[in-house]
Amino acid sequence: MSEKHKDEVTGVETTGHSWDGIRELNNPLPKWWIYTFYATIVWSFAYWVVMPAWPYLTGSGWTYTQGVIGYEQRNVVTNELAAVAEGRSGAMERIATMPLEEIANDPALMEVALGAGKAAFGDNCAPCHGSGAQGSKGFPNLNDDDWIWGGTLDDIHTTLAHGIRWDGDDETRNNVMMAYGRDGILNRTEINDVAEYVLSLSGRAGNQEAAARGAEVFASQCVACHGDGGTGNQELGAPNLTDAIWLYGGEKASIVETVSNGRSGVMPAWGGRLDEGTINALTLFVYSLGGGEK
Amino acid sequence: MTDTATTLESLAAEAAATAGANPHGREGESYTAVNSEKNRSLYASRVKVYPKLVHGSFRRLKWLVMAVTLAIYYITPWLRWDRGPSLPDQAVLLDFPARRFYFFFLEIWPQEFYYITGLLILAALGLFLVTSVAGRVWCGYTCPQTVWTDLFIHVERFFEGDRAKRIRLDKSPMSVGKLARKTGKHLTWILIALATGGAWVFYFADAPTLAGQLVSFEAPAAAYLFIALFAFTTYLLGGIAREQVCIYMCPWPRIQGAMFDEDSLLVSYKEDRGEKRGPHKKGTSWEGRGDCIDCGQCVAACPMGIDIRDGMQLECIQCALCIDACNEIMDKVERPRGLIAYDTFRNQERRRAGEAPRLNLVRPRTILYSSVLALVAAIMLVALSNRSTLDVSVLADRNPLFVRLSDGSIRNGYQVKIVNKEHSERTYRVSIEGLDGAILTRAVLAGEANEIVVVEADKLENVRFFVSLPAERAQALNGGEADFDFIVTDLADGKTATKETTFRGPAE
Repeated sequence: MSEKHKDEVTGVETTGHSWDGIRELNNPLPKWWIYTFYATIVWSFAYWVVMPAWPYLTGSGWTYTQGVIGYEQRNVVTNELAAVAEGRSGAMERIATMPLEEIANDPALMEVALGAGKAAFGDNCAPCHGSGAQGSKGFPNLNDDDWIWGGTLDDIHTTLAHGIRWDGDDETRNNVMMAYGRDGILNRTEINDVAEYVLSLSGRAGNQEAAARGAEVFASQCVACHGDGGTGNQELGAPNLTDAIWLYGGEKASIVETVSNGRSGVMPAWGGRLDEGTINALTLFVYSLGGGEK
Repeated sequence: MTDTATTLESLAAEAAATAGANPHGREGESYTAVNSEKNRSLYASRVKVYPKLVHGSFRRLKWLVMAVTLAIYYITPWLRWDRGPSLPDQAVLLDFPARRFYFFFLEIWPQEFYYITGLLILAALGLFLVTSVAGRVWCGYTCPQTVWTDLFIHVERFFEGDRAKRIRLDKSPMSVGKLARKTGKHLTWILIALATGGAWVFYFADAPTLAGQLVSFEAPAAAYLFIALFAFTTYLLGGIAREQVCIYMCPWPRIQGAMFDEDSLLVSYKEDRGEKRGPHKKGTSWEGRGDCIDCGQCVAACPMGIDIRDGMQLECIQCALCIDACNEIMDKVERPRGLIAYDTFRNQERRRAGEAPRLNLVRPRTILYSSVLALVAAIMLVALSNRSTLDVSVLADRNPLFVRLSDGSIRNGYQVKIVNKEHSERTYRVSIEGLDGAILTRAVLAGEANEIVVVEADKLENVRFFVSLPAERAQALNGGEADFDFIVTDLADGKTATKETTFRGPAE
C-alpha cells in the first residue's frame, strides 16, 4: 500500500502513486459522475437481456444468448437486400419486357441495366471471357468491333440466349469448321498453301507462289462460308479472315492448326438459366463495352 | 460617504443571510469556494452556485458579446444570398442531401473539405494566440456554454431575484409563490432551449420553408428529433449542469495550461496589494494592511463558484465578473480600482520586487502563433482565389488496358468526370492533345456521339470516351505507352481544364 501524501501547494491528498516524481492529486469526482457510471452498469445488464450477448457451449457447438427482442444483424442485412431488390424489381421487369433499343434510350433504366449486366457478367461470363471481357485464345474479346455471330443488340441477345454449339438448345448457333487435315480432305501442301493465302488476306504475304496456289484451294473449300476474299459471314458464324482479330491466333502455325484440326468452340445457352431481365441486361452491358454494331 | 456605510452594512446583512447556505462554510466566514479543501471527499456533491449580479465595464461587455453572439446564431440562417435560379439562396447552408456547404460567396463541395480543415486550423490558431495574450477569452466571453449559462442565470435572476433572494428561496419550504417562480424559470429555460434547437436545424435546410413545415407539422422527423435533442442539451447544460461542464467535461481547461505563460494577461487577484486582507472599519487607517476587505463579493459574483484570491485555478473561465464586483467595492471604500484585474504572473513578481509592471505582448510565443496564423490565412486566401469552377478528372480503363480493333488499331477507354461549379448550365467540348494520329470518340449507346458535353449548373457529369491509335502509331509507342492530355473547354467563356493521362498499347 502506498502511504498517504499531501500535496504542499494545494493541500490536496495525492493518490499515492508517483511517476518520475510527479504525483496525481486525489480530487473528488462529482457524484453525478459516479451515478452515471452506475447507470451504464445497469444499462449493460439490460443490454444482455435485450440483445444477443453471451456465447455458450451446447452439445452441438457454440451458440449465444439471443436476447428478448430477437435482434440479429443478419436479419438487418437480409431486409436491406430485400428492400433494394424490391426497389429494383420495377426496373428489372421493364428491362425484361422492353425492346432493347428503348432501354438504351432511357438513361435511368440503362444505368440499372448496365449495373445488373456488369454483376451478372462477373458471375457467369468472366470465367471464360475474363473479368474485363477481354477474352483469351478461343474465347472472344467482347470489347472489340469484330463479331463472329454479329454485334447488334439482337445478335448478342440471340447468342446469349441460345449459346453456340450448345447441345441442350434447338436454336443454338451452329456451324462446322472442318478438320481438313485430320479428316484427309486436304494434304499437307494444300494446307500450307491455303494458310499462306489466308495470311496474304490480312496483308502479310510470305510465299507468293504458295499463296497463289492456296487461293485455288480457298476458292474450292472455304468461300462457301468465309466468302469471296475471306471477309466472313456473320449469318453462318464464319470469321472475317482479313482483319487483325484472330480468335485462335493469327500466325501461320495457328492457322495451319486451325485448318488441319478444325475449331468448334462452345458457349452455353443462358436462356432458361438466367431470367430474361438478366439476359437483356447482359446484352446491353456487352453491347456497351465498345464494339456494339448498329 | 453614508452610501458606503449603508452598502457595507447591507453586505454584512447579506453575509449573515447566506452564511447558512453553504453547509461547509467555515465559522465566521460567509463565503467559501466550492472547491475549498474542506469540501473535498472521494465523491463530491455539487454545491449550488448563486452568482450575484455585478455592474461594470466587463458586465456591459459581456451583455454586448451575448447579444452579438446570440444574434449571429439566431439570425444567420435567415440571411439570403442570391446564387441564381437553380441553387439555394440561403447565405449559410449545410446541404447534406446535395452534399454542398454554402457560406456566402463560398460554395464547398465534398472533395474541397480541406477548406473546412483550413478554417478549423485558423480557429485553433486564433484560440492559441488569444489565450497566450489574454488567457481564456474564449471561455469567459464567447463560448456557447458561457453565453447560454449567462442567459439562463439572468432568467433565473428575473424570476427568483438576486443571489441572497435565490438562496433564501431555495431554503424556504415549498409555497405557491416559490412554485410559480420555479415554474416560470423552467418554462422560460425550455422556451430558450427550444429556440436554440429550432435555430440549429435552420442551418441544414431552407429556413423559411422549414419554418413553415415545422409549424404545420410537415417537417421531416429528423428536424423535430434534432430540435428536441438540442433543446434537451441546452436546458441540461445551460440550466442544470452549468459550471460542471467547464470543470469536468471540457478538455480546454486542461490544454490551456500549456497555452499561456508568465506574460499572459489573466484575471488575477493582486496578492501583493490585497494582503493582508481583513474587514475594514470606515475612517480607520489603511496603513499596514492590504486593500482586500474580505467582503467576498468576488466569490459571490463568480459563476464558477470559486475564489479568485486562491490564485490561478482550472475552474476559472476568466469571465472577469469578479473584476467588476471588486471595483464596485473599491469605489465604495475609496481605494483604487483594479485589486482584481487582468494581470501577468511576471508583473506580480515585479511588483513584489519593487519594479514597475510591464506589459510584454510581443514575445516568441505570440510571434509564432501570429505568423503561423498569417501563413495559414494566406494559404487559404490563395487557395480560395484560385478555386476553379471547372474540375476534370480522367480515369483510364484498367481492365482491359487496351483493345485491339479489327483494323489493327489500339483503343483505350476513359471515364471523364466534368464538374461544373458554375451557377449556370455549361456546354463543354472535350478534346485531346499530345497523341499524334489519335481519334477521340464518345462512347454512347444511343443518340448522337460527339465531343460536346452539357453539364447542368452545379453538377457533375460522367462521360466515357474512347481514344484509338492506328496500328503503326501504336506499334511506335515507346514502351507501349504515351502520356497525353484531355482538354475540356467551356464553350461559353473559353476556360479550359487540362488533365494528363496515359495511352497504353501492347509493349513489344
